[in-house]
Amino acid sequence: MEKNRIISGCKLLIIGGSAGSLEVLMKILPGLNTLPSFAIVLVLHRKSTEDTTLEELIAIKTNIPVREVEDKTPLLPGYLYVAPSDYHLLFEKNDVLSLDISEKVNYSRPSIDVSFESAAEIYGKSLVGLLLSGANADGTEGLLAIKKAGGTTVVQNPESAQMPTMPQNAITYTAPDYILDIEHILKFITLINS
Amino acid sequence: MIDDRELEVLINEVYEYHGFDFGGYSRASLKRRVDRLYQLDGFSNFSEMLSKVRSEPGYFKRMVEEITVNVTEMFRDPLFYKVLREEVLPILGTKPFIRFWHAGCSSGEEVYSMAILLKEANLLHKSLLYATDINPIVLDTAKKGIFPLQMMKQYSENYMTSGGKKDFSHYYTANYGFAKFGEDLSEKMVFSEHNLVSDGSFNEFDLILCRNVLIYFDKDLQERALCLFDESLAKLGYLALGTKETIKFSPIQNRFRQLNREKIWRKTE
Ligand SMILES: C[S@@+](CC[C@H](N)C(=O)[O-])C[C@H]1O[C@@H](n2cnc3c(N)ncnc32)[C@H](O)[C@@H]1O
Repeated sequence: MEKNRIISGCKLLIIGGSAGSLEVLMKILPGLNTLPSFAIVLVLHRKSTEDTTLEELIAIKTNIPVREVEDKTPLLPGYLYVAPSDYHLLFEKNDVLSLDISEKVNYSRPSIDVSFESAAEIYGKSLVGLLLSGANADGTEGLLAIKKAGGTTVVQNPESAQMPTMPQNAITYTAPDYILDIEHILKFITLINS
Repeated sequence: MIDDRELEVLINEVYEYHGFDFGGYSRASLKRRVDRLYQLDGFSNFSEMLSKVRSEPGYFKRMVEEITVNVTEMFRDPLFYKVLREEVLPILGTKPFIRFWHAGCSSGEEVYSMAILLKEANLLHKSLLYATDINPIVLDTAKKGIFPLQMMKQYSENYMTSGGKKDFSHYYTANYGFAKFGEDLSEKMVFSEHNLVSDGSFNEFDLILCRNVLIYFDKDLQERALCLFDESLAKLGYLALGTKETIKFSPIQNRFRQLNREKIWRKTE
């Protein structure tokens, strides 16, 4: 929070969320217009089968073009991607997304930890990880990996979260670079690469 | 954890010593699987793992079993099966004899699901289901047709969503926490090892299913597999992939027409 440095050289903002995170996104997304040379990937815990509805819901709320994720979809700056249900989302070296149907992690598929760790390996310092509201412990390991790889970590202020467990757990174990409430999250994102 | 360079060394050595080529596998997932095995087996450094893989054929076998992802379900994506039931099988049913190929069938749940569809469409007697995988352990399970009983509730729901009208429990007998599927379903199945990286076409098929296997391959290897399927499909045959896989961007795509929103393509020539 204190550091308040503007993030530059970011290639990817990866956002993890569980229960109560969609509400946050619905508030943030309308405030974003363009993503200067970075992409956003959303990894949300969701029920299978409701795939398209979530993407449509998000697409309605934002001017940023939303791209459907299939296996080996290229990750392009300026676009927003939503991890599909029932697959883990992984990142490849050539800026391509891969899917994986292996066992659930933290009772979840997609698991936030899995995607955060994979993104950390590929994007290192050029990665910003943001963890939102949720009622479990997914995301903490992932944020640690991002930190270790030199990326920037941001956690929603648990007081502003509908379900504080997930962000609180991350704060306890990772000492994130920023702890922000919803309004400041929006401001933070608009400053990336600006 | 092993690093990127070590992973490449492992891939090369495995090819050299055992003739298995994982060079075309997607690295992100492969690395996770190798890391998992490294931890599971308590190696303290990479060269320890490497020498075990090199010199112990038994351990190499274990490695193949562990780095392949074998997670599967019966009637996974029920709406996909509904389209098979309502749109594909009625057309295939007009043929005197129908051949299926499940490439990457894992422990067989997909194959038994298909056999149930065929039985209900009264087509099983004139069908033959070839089911292949590189992992011999999952093939053994598939041959037995024995799956965990605790999964049956979910499978039964999937089955009903796919348009199934029967009582799903008629298809198996429950015993000691397992569900054994009847031989009336399995008698038309042929299981065998087949490697999509290196093996060729072995028959002509009317429907090839290869679901959630290509996600583990890079673009080049995907292309190889898709060409193999193209070669192995009869005229007007069908190709079915997983819900997030596609033949778009591949050279075979202009010989195929997509059926609808499900990932089913029909060969047009
Ligand atoms: C996730 S499972 C898919 C099972 C089933 N088709 C489904 O969708 O539920 C992937 C399977 O592909 C197999 N596989 C991986 N590489 C292969 C190869 N080169 N040739 C044949 N099968 C392979 C694995 O052993 C595994 O059983």
